[in-house]
Amino acid sequence: MWLTSSESEALSLSLAVATRSVILSLPPAVLFAWLLTRPRFLGRTLLDALVHLPLVLPPVVVGYLLLLLFGNRGALGLWLRDALGIELAFSRNGAALATAVMSFPLMVRAMRISLENVDRGLEEAARTLGAGALDRFVSITLPLMLPGILAGGITAFAAALGEFGAVITFVSNIPGETRTLPLALYTALQSPGGDHVAARLASLSLLLGVGGLLLSEWLARRVRRLLGR
Amino acid sequence: MLTVAATKRRGSFALEVAFELPTPGVVALFGRSGCGKSTLVNIIAGLLPPDAGRVALDDVVWVDTGQRLHMPAERRGVGYVFQDARLFPHLSVMGNLRYARKRAADQVFVDLDAVVDLLDLRSLLSRRTHRLSGGERQRVAIGRALLTQPRLLLLDEPLAALDAGRRDEVLPYLEMLRDHLALPMVYVTHRFDEVLRLATHLVLMQDGAVLAQGSIGAMSLDPRLRSIIGRDEVGAIIDGRVLGMDSTSGLTRVQVGRGELNVQYSGLAAGTALRVQLLARDIIVSTRPPQHLSVRNSLEGLVTHVQDDGDSDLVSIDIGNRLIMSRITKAATRELELRPGMRVWALVKSVSLRGYSWSAPRLLEPRT
Repeated sequence: MWLTSSESEALSLSLAVATRSVILSLPPAVLFAWLLTRPRFLGRTLLDALVHLPLVLPPVVVGYLLLLLFGNRGALGLWLRDALGIELAFSRNGAALATAVMSFPLMVRAMRISLENVDRGLEEAARTLGAGALDRFVSITLPLMLPGILAGGITAFAAALGEFGAVITFVSNIPGETRTLPLALYTALQSPGGDHVAARLASLSLLLGVGGLLLSEWLARRVRRLLGR
Repeated sequence: MLTVAATKRRGSFALEVAFELPTPGVVALFGRSGCGKSTLVNIIAGLLPPDAGRVALDDVVWVDTGQRLHMPAERRGVGYVFQDARLFPHLSVMGNLRYARKRAADQVFVDLDAVVDLLDLRSLLSRRTHRLSGGERQRVAIGRALLTQPRLLLLDEPLAALDAGRRDEVLPYLEMLRDHLALPMVYVTHRFDEVLRLATHLVLMQDGAVLAQGSIGAMSLDPRLRSIIGRDEVGAIIDGRVLGMDSTSGLTRVQVGRGELNVQYSGLAAGTALRVQLLARDIIVSTRPPQHLSVRNSLEGLVTHVQDDGDSDLVSIDIGNRLIMSRITKAATRELELRPGMRVWALVKSVSLRGYSWSAPRLLEPRT
């Protein structure tokens, strides 16, 4: 292979973290996209602001808040460890959580746009054909917002690959466990004579990004054709 | 029996209606755009809750605001054909049909094969919905609605988005549904020619209220219809019956009331139900048996009343359990001294056939 072992380690770790992050945030993102688009309820604006918070907060602050909540002394962290045996602090699962939180608003935003474009008339038609609320959502709304789900997933995946501040603050920079590509790049820059390694890692990131963009464009086209647009 | 009583406010628009309709049959909700027809249909379907009111089909109550009862749309068993078809774009034609069949009530009165044959959908089944023409889309939408095994079929301007050619392509299917399925239908339209072809019953709407209602024959003579369709379109609509073909002239003899009309049309078996429209402006009144005239069709009857209609008069004539109407000048009314009870002959200049049976939907000019 033309990647060094530490480089491929950072790459596969990044991919693993990003994948987990996307899987973790997809279901709640669909739920929040729906909540923020369809029902009118008191406190919707507040919820909207809350979802978008990671976009405006410095990532370090998000990492710090996660540390407070999910760290080894945080209430939720203790409960997860004792009740479910899930250790988040200083682990790749923690890195996945940090990236999930950071990329959540991007994902919700893409899904919302797509949900707003779903013709309510089709849901009404499904009603007259005997479909109840959940049935309608699964059989009509969800397939029709598929372009948004895909776009949101891919955007979030790309953002997760590049997340730095929240990850390093929450789960630190442990080789093989939490040292993803950007963290490895940062580490290389900090070490003497690491310029060459940093350049290679930067090129790798670039490659990943461009590849992701092309893939998402191709997928979007396929889905659009499938939906007849 | 479909019972509807409902009020609904939406901004400055207010709907307030109450009526009862016989079932089965085709009820046309007729009126200009914006008179509240679609709002009313959505209330019947359950897509829109009324502010107050009661909706029931036979003995099943769908809405009763007094008892806080509101059956959700998905449980009403109402088939709904929308103006814009609303086929699901992520499913094929077959997928759309199956979607309805899968969720239908157990009691099956039309199965998938029957619907496919009835509406000639066989060649479309594997197609994506965006590859269908407007007329094909509506046929699929009608089939999908039928597969829910509905107790009532609502059609909200199903032909309004189609051009003339496509409309003529879909209309025969609607006539066939009416004649072959014992399914009550509510048909919303702002086009009177569709009412003529399809309806058995007419509800006339204006500004959110029911202006008048009744059987199509009775409503065709109602003066309130005039304000909507225009004075030139006024005329009796009569469901007649084919008596047979006249061998010497080659014309088809149609019984209307006690009289008989000869129309230029062939291929109709004796006994076929046939709807004819006799426009008031096409009928001449004579107080003597007509002779030496080119007009071949005349119907004998008694004047029932003469009503003032602006610059002319409308004379109603009983031709034997059926009324027809003639538009004549006020001078003619005076000179002929027309009054109720008088024997007259109505000379019919032209008859429009509004085919009642499945095989005869055509407009034609009879011999005069």
